[in-house]
Parts: sequence; structure tokens; C-alpha cells
Amino acid sequence: MGTRFARGETIGPVSMPPVTRIQLVQYADASGDFNPIHTVDQFAQAVGLGGVIAHGMLTMAFVGEMLTQVIGEAGDLLQFSVRFTDMVRPGDVVTCQGRIERVEIRDAWEIAECDVSAAVASDRTVVQGKAVFRVPHAT
Amino acid sequence: MSVYRGDEEEMDMGADRLRPFLGKSSDPVRNEVEKRAIRKFARAIGSNNPLYLDEEYAQRSRYGRLLAPPTFSRTFDYGSIPGLDFPRDGLLHGEQAYEYFRPILAGDTVYCSMELTDVVEKQGRSGAMTLVVFTYRVLSEGGELLERSRSTLIRRGQGEE
Repeated sequence: MGTRFARGETIGPVSMPPVTRIQLVQYADASGDFNPIHTVDQFAQAVGLGGVIAHGMLTMAFVGEMLTQVIGEAGDLLQFSVRFTDMVRPGDVVTCQGRIERVEIRDAWEIAECDVSAAVASDRTVVQGKAVFRVPHAT
Repeated sequence: MSVYRGDEEEMDMGADRLRPFLGKSSDPVRNEVEKRAIRKFARAIGSNNPLYLDEEYAQRSRYGRLLAPPTFSRTFDYGSIPGLDFPRDGLLHGEQAYEYFRPILAGDTVYCSMELTDVVEKQGRSGAMTLVVFTYRVLSEGGELLERSRSTLIRRGQGEE
């Protein structure tokens, strides 16, 4: 019986509009994460970051959106983990992508494991991780 | 929620100060999952997913109510571990890992707690650093685990002040 996803299949790439300072303030407000490294340049400079950086969790959310789109409404995200490998700054365009690494059938579900990543201009990786999701197995 | 105080002395983030709190948890905090909070969060992450934004659409879906995005649990209050003063200002987020057991929906009441799981001192490319790992749990009113996540925070050894 065929599966909806296949090993080696790519997900995305999906590019988000450039990250803006206003978005970082909106995300701080929506998430309750008011760490000033994301909103106050002087503070970010004082701790050696050279200016504000985006919340890693905002970039993770971008990857989450890509996954949610791919999985579709009948499926479920089961696990989602990332490492934040580099900074995203205002003006950066974040591009998310993934690759299916494993697919198996369990009961009425097709379970897929994938690698995911996000990068900004000139392929600088900012997020690297894995996700496991399931979709109904069409019999 | 932390507030920036520019005149504050650098907080001692030494691993030794944190270790006595390993395995300690906050008391669960009651959180209500509000539609408005879901929508606000969805907009902040640039999503136009109608499951997060459009109540009628969500009602017709398998969820029946607005669905929280995969990283929405970030917005919850997890309380604080008694005796542990842990300011996050200036810390970097190293890793984040979620396990999802059941969806979180608008109208849910959830109970959230956090536990100090690990403290590791490490030599990184840019010098000494301390990794601090917290585990976050989101439980339903009935005590069922909806979601568990682990967050690794990094404090660089040498602050450039």
C-alpha cells in the first residue's frame, strides 16, 4: 500500500517576509518573552550581540507553520525539536525546509520523521532540527 | 516575566548556585487558553492558518474550537521554582524540543509547571558557557499530559560589558 510521504521527499522551501522590529515587539507581546535582547538595541549591544536579534522561538514558529501546512488538518505533529545555531536579525528573510527521513505505517496512521531547518540569506543555517508527525493512512 | 533593569549587577548564573534546584518544580499554574491570545500569537508569527484565526472554520474542523499553534505554549505562565531567582535577560536560547500528546484548544483550562532538569558547564567556541535546561509540562484539568517541552538556555561565561 502506498504512503502519502516518501523517504527523501523534500518539504518546502518556504520563505517568510523579512523579519521586522515591529514583529519582534509583537512577538514579545504575544509570547510574554520580553528579553530585551530582542527589542532594545543598547541592551543587545551591551551583552555582545551587536544589536537586537529575533526570538529563536519566532524562527521555530516559522518552521512549525511549514510543518502544519504539510501535515494538513487530518494529521498531527507529534514531536518537534530544534537547535538554534545562528542569529536572525531584523531584515532577514527566513527560509524553512525539510526532508522526510523515515516513513512507517502504524495502525491507521502513516508516521513520518523529517529533518527540518531554517536559513537566512546566503544559506546561513539558523535552525536545525527534527519533527515527527502522523497522517491518516489511506487504505 | 522578566523586566530589564539596566543598573543591575550581573547576576550570578554559576552552575553551583543552580544545582541545588535540580529536579525541583514550580507549583502548577492555572492558565486559560484564550481565543484572543491564540489569534494574537498567530498574527505575530505571520500565520494565516484559519484553524488559529477563524472561529467558524475551526468549529467545522475536527477540533471544534480554535487550535493553538505548535509553539503557543510559550505564552503560558509556568510559575517559578521556589527559591530560584533566575533572570533570563541576556540569555541565549540554545535548543527547544516539544512532545505533543493532545491538541491545546481555545477554551481549555490548563495547568503548567516547570522543572529545572539539567545544568551543564561547557567550553564552547566562544569560551566558557553554562547550559541550563528546563522541562515544561502542560496538563489538562483532568491531569492528562497535553504537552511536554524542554528548553536549553545558554549563558556565555564572559559578558562583554
